[in-house]
Amino acid sequence: MIIRIMGEGQYRAPDTIIEDLNAIDNRIVELVEKGDREGFRNELLRMVSLVRERCEPLDATEIVKSDLILPPPDLTFEEARGIFRGQGLIED
Amino acid sequence: MGLLDRMGTIVKSKMSRIMDRMEDPREVLDYSYEKQLELLQNVKRGIAEVATSKKRLELQRARLAQSAEQLEGKARDALSSGREDLARQALERKVSLQNQIEILDSQIAELDREEQKLIAVETRLSTKIETLRARKEAIKAQYSAAEAQVKVTESVTGISEELADVGLAIQRAEEKTEGMKARAAALDDLLEKGVLEDYTGGDALDRELSKVKTSSAVEAELARLRGETK
Repeated sequence: MIIRIMGEGQYRAPDTIIEDLNAIDNRIVELVEKGDREGFRNELLRMVSLVRERCEPLDATEIVKSDLILPPPDLTFEEARGIFRGQGLIED
Repeated sequence: MGLLDRMGTIVKSKMSRIMDRMEDPREVLDYSYEKQLELLQNVKRGIAEVATSKKRLELQRARLAQSAEQLEGKARDALSSGREDLARQALERKVSLQNQIEILDSQIAELDREEQKLIAVETRLSTKIETLRARKEAIKAQYSAAEAQVKVTESVTGISEELADVGLAIQRAEEKTEGMKARAAALDDLLEKGVLEDYTGGDALDRELSKVKTSSAVEAELARLRGETK
């Protein structure tokens, strides 16, 4: 699958990564609800670095649609409130 | 497999607006291409803006550092003529300038990161535009031959997604730059008015805490100067 990190570019990811992302996504939803800013920041960075580490960056010349779009790593807590709600980025 | 939601929705809605406007992918391709060129200009402007803001903060930092140095000189003079009260005042100002310098340092670093990010966006976008220009006519021809519709749609949505992403990146960088500019302007103002010690703002507790921090820093500086002038 193709994953885009907003503002950064696209990655070709193994389908297995979705489970791990999903787990982090659920945690982020909880942390945002609890108002835990630091926890949220850590998990968001974990989410982004997971993609950076396990996926292969897509060549800038390829023009394809993403299957999943992750928010930028410097997303503010306030912005996150609007995004990580209910089912989060990835629906179960 | 689960799918993108909120963040995807932002991109999707922007995308669908572009798609709705033109149903013919050939037009969308031309439109996207022009839009990308426009965006590239914006990114370049954005980089220049961020660089300017950074430069401005750096100049301010240099000015503050210079003032701090002068204040130390004054404190030294005051101390050698036995006016500890004046020395203390000068050092208080110096410490508060140093705090301001620390804040500026972190803002300069933040702008630097922003600049690097935009430069990366620019590189990526330039490459995409170059590719798109080369592929555009070929894709259009394929579409006309009605044999590559899937491929065309894929390209178009990919392009639109890229567009929305870059647009968002620029928008956020602009917002950050605006914030820094406002701060720089406020600092300019305070420097002009000569109000150097009272721009920490914050609530009463913050002020009280920073007073405590300042006074212990001032004592340390005084002790150091005393040691030197002995």
